[in-house]
Amino acid sequence: MFKYFPHTKDDIELMLKELNISSIDELFHSVPKEVLLDKEYEIASSMSEQEVRAYFKALSEENQELVIFSGLGLYDHYTPSVIDAITSRQEFLTSYTPYQPEVSQGTLQYIFEYQSMIQTLTGMDVSNASMYDGTTAAAEACFMACSIAKRNKILISSTLNPNTIQVIKTYLKFKGHEYEIVPAKNGVLDREALEAYLDKDTAGLIVQSPNFFGLIEHYDGLADLLHETKAVLIQSSDISTLGVLKSPGENGADIACGDCQSLGMPLAFGGPTIGYLATLKKHVRKMPGRICGYTTDSSGRRSFVLTLQAREQHIRRAKANSNICSNQSLLVLYSTVYLSIMGKQGIKDVNLRSYQNAHYLYDRLLKTKKFFDPFQQPFLKEFTLETTISHDLIKEALWKEGIFGGFSLAQFSDDYENLINFAVTEKRTKEEIEKLLSVLEGLS
Amino acid sequence: MSKVLKDYLYSNDHEWVKKLNDEEVLVGITDFAAKELGSIVFVDLPEAGDNVEANSEFGAVESVKAASDLVSPVSGEVLEVNDDLVGEPELVNEDAFSAWMIKVKLSNPSELEELLSAEEYEQLL
Amino acid sequence: MKYDTLVFELSKSGRIGYSLAKEQYPQYSLNDISEYLRTDELLLPEISELDCVRHFTNISQKNFGVESGFYPLGSCTMKYNPKINEEIAKSYSFTKLHPYQPVTTVQGALRLYYELQQTLAKISGLSEFTLNSYAGAHGELVGLMIMKQYHLQRKDFKRNKVIIPDSAHGTNPASVTVSGMEVIEIESNELGMVDLDALRAVLSDEIAGMMLTNPNTLGIFEKDICDITRLVHEAGGLMYYDGANLNAMLGKVRPGDMGFDIMHINLHKTFSTPHGGGGPGSGPVGVKDFLTDYLPNPVVKKLDDYYYIANEKDAIGQISGYFGNFLVEARAYSYILNLGKENLKWVGPYSVLNANYIREKLRNDYVLPIQDYCMHEVVFDGLVDNPNEIRTLDVAKRLLDYGMHAPTIYFPLLFHQSIMIEPTETESLQTIDQFIETMKTIAEEAKTEPETLRQAPLNTPISRTDEVFAAKQMIFTYKDYLEYIRNEG
Repeated sequence: MFKYFPHTKDDIELMLKELNISSIDELFHSVPKEVLLDKEYEIASSMSEQEVRAYFKALSEENQELVIFSGLGLYDHYTPSVIDAITSRQEFLTSYTPYQPEVSQGTLQYIFEYQSMIQTLTGMDVSNASMYDGTTAAAEACFMACSIAKRNKILISSTLNPNTIQVIKTYLKFKGHEYEIVPAKNGVLDREALEAYLDKDTAGLIVQSPNFFGLIEHYDGLADLLHETKAVLIQSSDISTLGVLKSPGENGADIACGDCQSLGMPLAFGGPTIGYLATLKKHVRKMPGRICGYTTDSSGRRSFVLTLQAREQHIRRAKANSNICSNQSLLVLYSTVYLSIMGKQGIKDVNLRSYQNAHYLYDRLLKTKKFFDPFQQPFLKEFTLETTISHDLIKEALWKEGIFGGFSLAQFSDDYENLINFAVTEKRTKEEIEKLLSVLEGLS
Repeated sequence: MSKVLKDYLYSNDHEWVKKLNDEEVLVGITDFAAKELGSIVFVDLPEAGDNVEANSEFGAVESVKAASDLVSPVSGEVLEVNDDLVGEPELVNEDAFSAWMIKVKLSNPSELEELLSAEEYEQLL
Repeated sequence: MKYDTLVFELSKSGRIGYSLAKEQYPQYSLNDISEYLRTDELLLPEISELDCVRHFTNISQKNFGVESGFYPLGSCTMKYNPKINEEIAKSYSFTKLHPYQPVTTVQGALRLYYELQQTLAKISGLSEFTLNSYAGAHGELVGLMIMKQYHLQRKDFKRNKVIIPDSAHGTNPASVTVSGMEVIEIESNELGMVDLDALRAVLSDEIAGMMLTNPNTLGIFEKDICDITRLVHEAGGLMYYDGANLNAMLGKVRPGDMGFDIMHINLHKTFSTPHGGGGPGSGPVGVKDFLTDYLPNPVVKKLDDYYYIANEKDAIGQISGYFGNFLVEARAYSYILNLGKENLKWVGPYSVLNANYIREKLRNDYVLPIQDYCMHEVVFDGLVDNPNEIRTLDVAKRLLDYGMHAPTIYFPLLFHQSIMIEPTETESLQTIDQFIETMKTIAEEAKTEPETLRQAPLNTPISRTDEVFAAKQMIFTYKDYLEYIRNEG
């Protein structure tokens, strides 16, 4: 007996009797003898709940929680306590994809609310019900661009997060599309260089702002440049920053994508997070993933359903615009509750406090004369400096004080040899910031 | 029971062709195809000036639970597209034989000989 | 319906629901970067904390979860999601780790990842797993990329076609397309299984491999599996196992032993992690020894007792930001440790027993198109005695009225009125008997009160919806909705 198997000896006997067989094995008669498992699994023996708890506690103690002063796509923002209370409700947690709208209005309504919030933040017309993460959302956005422009080549700004670039490359390479990396100048997309890369095969350009270095990029006129050649502009952004920064819509983008982790989601060693993907209504049928729409029921009551399903794999099979079959629904709920509780003002306050904390740290670091700004560009909560102090020394010294930050970018490219990245959210206190500074001021 | 009209030609893919003159035809989907799909919610059509090829896709129709590619029965240049269908795709369900999709200038009129007559198409159903 | 409010409709300008620390450095202002700021107004709600909590609690009441009642959704394995898994995923340090932290400070996380992938390998009869893939379909894509990479590395450039039975889940052909290969669909035989002659006919030196679900999507075991894998291997192809139906096989058969080279597992099906209304799931991909070099980056490696992160040059590349849905992986590992080898082996047998019991008890009321025993799920093809032409859809909707979730309907596509029931091993005889009684009641109602069934459900928060309206009007956001209401006057 085991707690998740309700089968008593009597139950099993009764069921076998109904089936007119003497053992469960008979049900497996069509399995060839040579593949039937004839031994125990070579895995651990059953643990009691108490032992499981102890096992994970021991695993956990092999980790060290640090004060986070780094970002690079994952940000340590504050999580309002209501989110866990709501996302733990079994009605949300244990249900399936909302195929039966009559008993899934909870899921469908929060997806509709989420789509509305992504719409307003991105300035696009329509959002899907989410993707796996920001990197795969970017890859799908590139596929969309190829499909919209009916062309084969994607231009990738070199200031995208390297993880995003890697995932896009993998997806494009296997699907049989081409790509080129457009270089940066002073830490942002090099507009002059871009013009040389644009040609009649270019389906689209993907850019990121704030970019990998944390810098805010300026996109005036960029969309026009692409549209003149009938190419598509894709803007990738950390969703939280769009609470204050110019939206992809205002920049004239055709597709917006990115990660929603910054909406108070735990870092969780990188996942789960959730990717958003939004576009203009004219391109909605090129967009992969679930979409929820408003309708009424047979009594005229307001209702929500999954719609435009004829684009998807379960109907179009090999001709579907993507193989995606799920979304990160529970994290859609997470995002929706976050944006509801923070609301119009809160999302600005979070950005303002992060901005203030980051700029204070930036100014103080420059004052040490050990750190320099090689770019001199505007930023929000994340910035990149140059230093000749050994990056390993910085890492070790900060780690001793329980801090993770000042992350070396050298591992991503030889060009980034002396570059070091900081991110400061609203969560970082004065004391933590001073502690980091005192460690760094002591190094040489 | 699906409607099959006498003075139309048909393809195995359930498209109809109506001859306007020796060079120009209208193309649409049959009543049978429309009924199979159910309520049509979207029609994706090429642009005037595009070229279509016999037995190649030129667009798609979608209902709530199904999608089907439109396969051209003829080759040639698209002269005109029925834009009414974009706003009112339900016209296809209402009367599949008047809801033409594209008007084509034939590049190879002999292709018409390969198509099915109304009687032959009825057999297929 | 009691509650019908959108969160935006609760909003009032100036209200807040959060509390943040005071500004620490008020000398800095966003006005310093004013030219980069948005000018479009944000349409976000302004509500208090109680209103927020009440809103989401209210809408949650319109959902049906595994803890609400029986959820026999075929091919989805809606088993119980143990509470201890949730506790584990939320406790301790796991939520607080940044993946770029010094490797010495994430040894526990890396060990968890490594031990789970090794455990999955033992359960599957394969060599190594990546946990980086986020979902089942994502796993399929990664597995196919590995298949393609294998042939490319051997400079066997012609191999670009993947064989898929016509009964496969739609994700299979879609994943093949995304991986840049071509689908060859083969027809199933009259028993719903792979037709060996049809398979032989398509084998050639252009075949990259074959994707197969076993038990297949009809819930039956492919009895010719050894011949199938042998034929494909002889033709130079690889075998991909779609782990969608792995639950039935636990304790009985390992995919590696059947001759599969690559597979994915849905942790949210077989290993009890919650479906979350559609995600996050997790779709680890496992391979045999000769394919491990191609697993995606980053790879978690072990040297003595030290765990580290590597990027391998022959890998297909990176397919995710980091290490997949890590907290989902933690839940699945908790489940496996809790069950252990003594209990995990009963998952398959009990789930198969439950499904066959339902099959036996309902065969006089619902058409049974397949005569052999089923595995973990049973497919019926509509009602036996059906003078009023009641459809499967009506039966499914009526079940909702009786407080049970509908089975999967109209899949598999091989039958016209498919009802696919998967009870899982976590359901008791009482629950299953109650379901059987209800299905019989509905079969009776189909004869006596057909109108009730055609209009069902009657006791749910809403009734049947107008899906044509949704697809035509395309109202996807609150902004669209306001516009629509305005135009309707």
